[in-house]
Amino acid sequence: MASIRELHHQLIHKQRSAVEIAQDALNQIQALEPKLHSFLHITADRALAQAKQVDAQIAAGAEIGLLAGIPIAVKDNLCTRGIPTTCASKILQNFVPPYESTVTQKIAESGAVMVGKTNLDEFAMGGSTETSAYQLTANPWDTSRVPGGSSGGSAAAVAAGECTISLGSDTGGSIRQPASFCGIVGLKPTYGLVSRYGLVAFASSLDQIGPFGRSVEDTAILLNAIAGHDSKDSTSLKVKIPDYTQFLTPTLKGKKVGVIRETLGDGLDSEVEKATREAIDQLRALGAEIQEISCPRFRYGIAAYYIIAPSEASANLARYDGVKYGARIEDAENLMDMYTRTRAEGFGAEVKRRIMIGTYVLSAGYYDAYYLKAQKVRTLIKQDFEQAFSQVDVLVSPTAPTTAFKMGEKTADPLSMYLTDLMTIPANLAGLPGMSVPCGFDSQGMPIGLQILGNVLREDQIFQVAYAYEQSTDWHGRSPILKA
Amino acid sequence: MLDRQQVQKVALLARLQLTPAEEEKFTTQLSSILDYFEQLSELDVSDVQPTTRAIDVSNVVRADQHKPSSEREEILEGAPDREGEYFKVPKIVTGS
Repeated sequence: MASIRELHHQLIHKQRSAVEIAQDALNQIQALEPKLHSFLHITADRALAQAKQVDAQIAAGAEIGLLAGIPIAVKDNLCTRGIPTTCASKILQNFVPPYESTVTQKIAESGAVMVGKTNLDEFAMGGSTETSAYQLTANPWDTSRVPGGSSGGSAAAVAAGECTISLGSDTGGSIRQPASFCGIVGLKPTYGLVSRYGLVAFASSLDQIGPFGRSVEDTAILLNAIAGHDSKDSTSLKVKIPDYTQFLTPTLKGKKVGVIRETLGDGLDSEVEKATREAIDQLRALGAEIQEISCPRFRYGIAAYYIIAPSEASANLARYDGVKYGARIEDAENLMDMYTRTRAEGFGAEVKRRIMIGTYVLSAGYYDAYYLKAQKVRTLIKQDFEQAFSQVDVLVSPTAPTTAFKMGEKTADPLSMYLTDLMTIPANLAGLPGMSVPCGFDSQGMPIGLQILGNVLREDQIFQVAYAYEQSTDWHGRSPILKA
Repeated sequence: MLDRQQVQKVALLARLQLTPAEEEKFTTQLSSILDYFEQLSELDVSDVQPTTRAIDVSNVVRADQHKPSSEREEILEGAPDREGEYFKVPKIVTGS
């Protein structure tokens, strides 16, 4: 499967047209979707029209950017004007946004060709894409397993070659964990690096949009296109955006890498642990100085997160009331009846559960015991990271405690699903960037991911470590064998 | 930890109509999730300041200038029910 640079080379040397590249992606989608179900909407006409424009530019002798003509998929919680945006929820079944998100605007301007909108856990709440109201997405490496979540469709589509790159969102690990489960690269940037304008809000203090790719370089090229200040997002950071591809260098001499001790302990799958330790040895062989780092409050992240995120969600999802857009039940007797039944029918079990948790912990008498306490624990976790980054350049851990699990395995017990977020949540609580990069396979042939965390706005450090590691291994060269 | 009556009260606050089966399931599930939260009491946070946002950005302002807003008609077209240029909802005041 071709990289962005390879496709770009083919385009500018007129070996292949953008329309041919788009058509190949659409053919792959058509062939694989009956098994994979990555996409909620396929935007074939729009893709071919966009590709034609790129071909016209090339024919006119114009210089095209690296992303021009590159097939991209977009998670279906990013608003696309005139194209359905459902968040995999029934309550937004017929919602067609009257505006465009900043990131999809930026990728359109870059000339990237959007082939469709991808499946997710309903409102991005979940770790397996099984809470989607529409379909179950399969893992391309084993279709009886989940692709991870919540950005499972975006990860599966890239892994299976239905597109070259994709966009996801990460509130507690929703880019990194599916990247790990699907054997690709996924980055959650620093909170505020990428504009959230037009991302349907789940937990606003944690949500961040980020790129998926089959290589570290593809991911860096996509980040170049989407990062940057946006006056439409008040949490957007006003910082100079570097060219992230300049950090893709092969050596790690003198680089200080911390291994988070607490993430290699109890509850970790032994094959994941082995692959992680081998990856650490490889980083050492590349010249990195390895040291163990303790983040003692890391493990309280799940409890703090599952108070903070549902609290914010219960407030954010109050807007789905059947008045201005989205679904509404028929024959409502009065306003209250319309609200309660519209929301009862429109939301799935996991979304209801989180609205209930959030409403409860924010209700009178419980605020201090839960929400305020969780925000204080958030401070402690930030302090653990501050301490760690005073000693090292990056931190590494497994991305997830296990490889992709079987569909249905964790749906009966919500808490068991929440525990899979152990490794990824702390970065969201602290606003830090984190990447998952392939670091091996288990005995079932399922991919394993290495998480690399950086300090605030130190995506450069992450890219450097990830690229040097990737280039010294051949994990990223393997592809799932998924026959149509 | 949580009884069925509390679940009903929270559902009302959240404007969610639950079926009896959902009420029963949520009573058990939310109780075990709240139990899990108890581990936070192991930490002494009496002198800790809360973090409300991951990265502090303060007082974001822009020039107070007129700008075109979204298309009124396009927004109204997305409404489940409308009358002219208004969103239409069922009767708000009930009873006699």
